[in-house]
This record gives sequence, C-alpha cells and structure tokens, in this order.
Amino acid sequence: MPRVRASDAFQAALQADDPVELYERAPCGYLSTDADGRIVKANRTFLTLTGYRLDEIVDRLFAELLTPGGRIFDQTHLMPMLRMQGEAREIALDLVTADGQVLPVLLNATLNTPNGGPALIRIAIFDATERRRYERELVEAKERAEASERHARALARTLQQTLIPAEPPHIPGLDTAVRYRPSGDGTQVGGDFYDVYPIGNGAWGVLLGDVCGKGPDAAVVTALARNTVRALSVLHDDPAEVLGRLNEVLIRYDVERFCTVVLAVLRPAGPNWQVTLSVGGHPPPVLVGGDAPPRTLVRRGPLVGVFASAQYADDTVVLHPGETLVVYTDGVTEARGPDGDYYGEERLLTTLASSDVLPRMLVEGLVADAVAWQGPVTRDDIAVVAVGVPRPG
Amino acid sequence: MDAAELHNVTVSGPEDGQPLVFAHGFGCDQHMWRHVAPRFERTHRVIRFDYVGAGGSKAEFDPDKYATLEGYASDVLEVVHGLGLRDAVLVGHSVSSMIGALAQVTDPEPFGGLVMVGPSPRYVDDPPYVGGFDEPAIRGLLDALRSNYLGWSASMAPMIVGNAERPELGEELTASFCRMDPEIAATFAGATFLSDHRDVLPRVSVPTLVLQCRDDVIAPVSVGEYVAATVPQAELVLLDATGHCPNLSHPDETVEAIADFLQKQPVG
Repeated sequence: MPRVRASDAFQAALQADDPVELYERAPCGYLSTDADGRIVKANRTFLTLTGYRLDEIVDRLFAELLTPGGRIFDQTHLMPMLRMQGEAREIALDLVTADGQVLPVLLNATLNTPNGGPALIRIAIFDATERRRYERELVEAKERAEASERHARALARTLQQTLIPAEPPHIPGLDTAVRYRPSGDGTQVGGDFYDVYPIGNGAWGVLLGDVCGKGPDAAVVTALARNTVRALSVLHDDPAEVLGRLNEVLIRYDVERFCTVVLAVLRPAGPNWQVTLSVGGHPPPVLVGGDAPPRTLVRRGPLVGVFASAQYADDTVVLHPGETLVVYTDGVTEARGPDGDYYGEERLLTTLASSDVLPRMLVEGLVADAVAWQGPVTRDDIAVVAVGVPRPG
Repeated sequence: MDAAELHNVTVSGPEDGQPLVFAHGFGCDQHMWRHVAPRFERTHRVIRFDYVGAGGSKAEFDPDKYATLEGYASDVLEVVHGLGLRDAVLVGHSVSSMIGALAQVTDPEPFGGLVMVGPSPRYVDDPPYVGGFDEPAIRGLLDALRSNYLGWSASMAPMIVGNAERPELGEELTASFCRMDPEIAATFAGATFLSDHRDVLPRVSVPTLVLQCRDDVIAPVSVGEYVAATVPQAELVLLDATGHCPNLSHPDETVEAIADFLQKQPVG
C-alpha cells in the first residue's frame, strides 16, 4: 500500500507541475517573437544561458543577438523558411551573450497564428557548445580526407603521365605509332602502359601492358612493371626470360595485382626486322600487310604476377617491308557494344584487313572503330602500338 | 538544353505584356516571389528563374564563373535573351539588385527598368562608407553555412517536414527550399558579401526603384539611401516593412510600390 501511495503522489505532483515553472525553467531556452523577429518574451533558462536581463532584449530583433554572419543566415534562410514552411529545425547559429561571448546553439522554430491572431514565432534554443566543437572536428576531418584524396589522385595522374611517354616514340628505320585513350571521363587512373626503348646494337624493345584495376595502387604496380622490364632488358636478350623475371618480381612485391604484358624485341636484319615476342596473358599481337590477311601471332603465356611456376615462351617472326606489327590492350577487344557484344578478335582482324598499313593511320582507325563500337564514354583504357617496316622508296 | 530549361525559367501572364523578371537573392529560390509575382500576371509577362544550385536550376556549377556576380549576371542575360525580352523590368531581391545592375550595364538593350529590393553594393565597411559588416563577420557567415549544411549535404530529405497548415508548399519544394550544395552556397556567399559594386551604380541607365525596409540587418537604410543617391534615375521608397524579405513578410506593400513604379514608366 505505501508504494502505491508514493506513486500516486508522484503522479499528482507531475500533474500539478506549475505551467509557469515548466516554461521558465524548461530544459531549453524559449523565445517568442513577432513575425518580424522582434522579441516579446523569453524564459528564465534563456536568460541564464545568455546572461541578459529580460528588459535588455524585449523589443530587440532576435537577429541582433546573433553574430553578424548568423544575422545574414537568419535573414536569408531561417526567416524565409519560417514564412514559407512554418517551421525550421536544427538550425545551428551563434548567439552573442551579454558579456560578448559567442554561444553556439541549435534551435528549432515555428511560426504560429494562435487563435487567428497575429503571427508569432516560437524558438527553442539548446546550448550546442560541445556538439559544435565535435561537428567542426568532423568537418575538418572530412575536408582533410577530401584534400588527401585530391592529392592522391593528382599524384597518381602524374605518375601515370610518366608511364605514358609524352613524346611519340621513334625507332630509326621503322614507322611507329601509338594511341592511348584513358577510360571514362579521364579522372580515373588507368592500368595501361607502354614503352619503346633502345636495347643496344640497334635492337629495340616494345612493351605494352595492362595492370589489373585502376587507381594509385595500380599506378604503383604499373611503374614497377615498366621499370623492371627496362632494367631486365639490359640483362636478358629474350623476352620470355624478361617476363619470367618480371613474374617473380611482381609475386614478391606484396600487392594483389597482376598484369598482362606483351614484349617484342626488334632487331634489324638487312631490309627486314627480326622480331622476338613473348606474351603473358595479353591479347595476341597481329601482323598486318604482305600477301596474307592480318593474322594473330604466338602462343599466349600465363598472366604475369599470379603463378610462381609460370613459364613463358619466345616466338620469332620476320617483319618485311610493308608489314606492320600491332599490339593492343583488351580495351579494344573487350569493348562492349550497345547489345553487350564484345568487339572481339574477329572484328579486330576485319578492321585491320580493310585499314591502311601505315602505322599512324592504322592506329587511329582501330581506336576510332573501338570507341564507335561502345560509345564515347569508354569503360576501359585503350592502348594501341603499331610498328611497321616502310617499303623502300 | 536551352536557357529556359537550364535556369528553371517559369513564365506566366499575357505574352504581349511588359516583361517583369523576378530574380531571387542569396539563400532560397524563385519561390521567394510567390506572394508577389502572381499579382502581376494579369498585366505583365511574369518571368521567374533559379540561380545555379538553387531550386530547380540545372546549370552546371563552375567555381570560377560563379566566384563573381558577373557570372550570375551573365545567366540573367541568358534568360532575358533566351526569351527575346524587350523593355524588361528586372525585379531583384537583395544581391540580385546588384546582379540586375551588372546585367543592365553590360547590355542595356533589353532593359526598361530595375527594381532593387534591399540592395547593397558593398556589405563590408569601407570608411566613410558603412556597409554594416566587417570581413570576420562574413567569414562567420561562411561558418554558419558550413555548420548548417552538415546534415544537409548527404541526406537532406527527412530534415525538414512540411507544415500541414501551409499546404502551399508541396513536398518537393519543402525538400529543396533554402537548400544548396555547401560549395555552391559558399561561392555565392563570397561573391555576394565580399564584392564591391559601388562603381556600377552610376552607370545604370534605366529608371530604378529602390525598395528599402526598416530595421533591415543586412542592408541598412543608409545603404539604400546611398544606392538611390548614386544611381542616376533612382527613386527610393521606404517601406513600413521590417527585415530583409518584404516580398515574403509584406507582399501587399511590396506589390503596391512596384506597381506604382511601373505605372510611371512609359512603356517603350
């Protein structure tokens, strides 16, 4: 019985809670203003929070209690929202207290027309000092993160620019043409890379590769692959050996990325050039020109950087005057048309059959055709390198 | 996309009426004119639009273009030319008063008059000129913008709920009114509150009405008087309205003052 009596008494006390006290000592500041924002009434909590006496603020505009910046926000956002929507919630503003301190607050406000009388605005105000500090930290952290991302992107782009030579490569005695087209809108860093470099004794290396994935990580692996091939080419004559070593390097480099590579070493042989080729997981090179239709070359070895046991083989082909060797990335053959069909090897061979044998024309024509197949926003990078032996005269 | 679609232009009123182009200010969108513009639809061709980032604008945000008010003025001219307007009166609220002046000075051809509601050519004090603010204050505004867009930028929809007592605002409007991408808002605020266009005022070459409120904490009466004294053919009307948005708070008085002004102008 005593328990019930206590509960009853508690309920009764709650019911009897003095409405005036409930207003004056509410756990938030209350302000009432007219429709123009002129203060009519404030509760004691508000006065305690801000240090003002009631007679100091009555008849003043609410905006006048705000920092100047907040004043503009009040007039350009809060008041229009109240007029148009009748309420505004969770508005963050800074009050200037009686002693000139800045007090961050959160406020909710409503515009009412009680009993059809003149409109009045009610504002509930909460001290938000701690919350605001925390929010600032969040905003700053977000801004730092965004800045880092921009920085990383810029770095990756710079890196990629170093991976894609600025100048079109030139091999004395050969016609060389290159076309590289980054995917999408160009903000992504792609994985395609190529290189054309002298090896010594008149021999040249032509490298084309594609690191899986995009972004800074891929760019790092791209740099590693490209520079490793250059260094290995000094030590090893045959491309298969170079790919085998590159495979080891990528496996030891503790990143889950692999690549596809085609490496050709070209050596002058009288009027012809002898080409030694090795392919690691890459679409097969194509020989164009001469009496036969365009044809794919060599066996396709395993992906580079996946299997420790990977073995690569060399193939040799002789490039006669009027013949051109074409290497390309899967951005060409795996381009998808409007119905989802791949561009494919067959279409590639057909396109090359009807194309000019001159490397420059051939490369432009092939890239244009692959882009036309899928539309202007391409899903993958496209890189094509063509090396041809010019006809005499 | 044509200029009308790009800038979310709405046109009403008789096609042969004198064009009235209502340009909203910093903060909200063309709905700021909803209590004023319709009142001219019987006599005038009424045009409203949204600036970049506001309301239903589809204009692409270019931080360089919109870093100065000239960028916004070029959009106004795009709207005016897109509709082939002649003898148009541009009614600009707040910063749009200066945007309108810039547009008129850049290309006087299509304009017959300007109405400036709460104009200020410069918000930052430059003694003896009093704009009413100092630079730290404007930085404080940018801060307020940043704080208030915290929860708004990512998922804005549930933050503000429509008011059943005010069915005039559809849900769609409630979701977008006074909301702007924080980067666009900060750029617009910078262009607005850190600019100085006092040199533009003497070059305005059409009759101009300056509507000034009392107790306007953004554009004080002294600034309105300065504008009216500096624009060659200007007339100042001091409204009984208080605050910075008489178009919302005192539409009757605002409509009346604009109508009086229009009546006095010879239609060309």
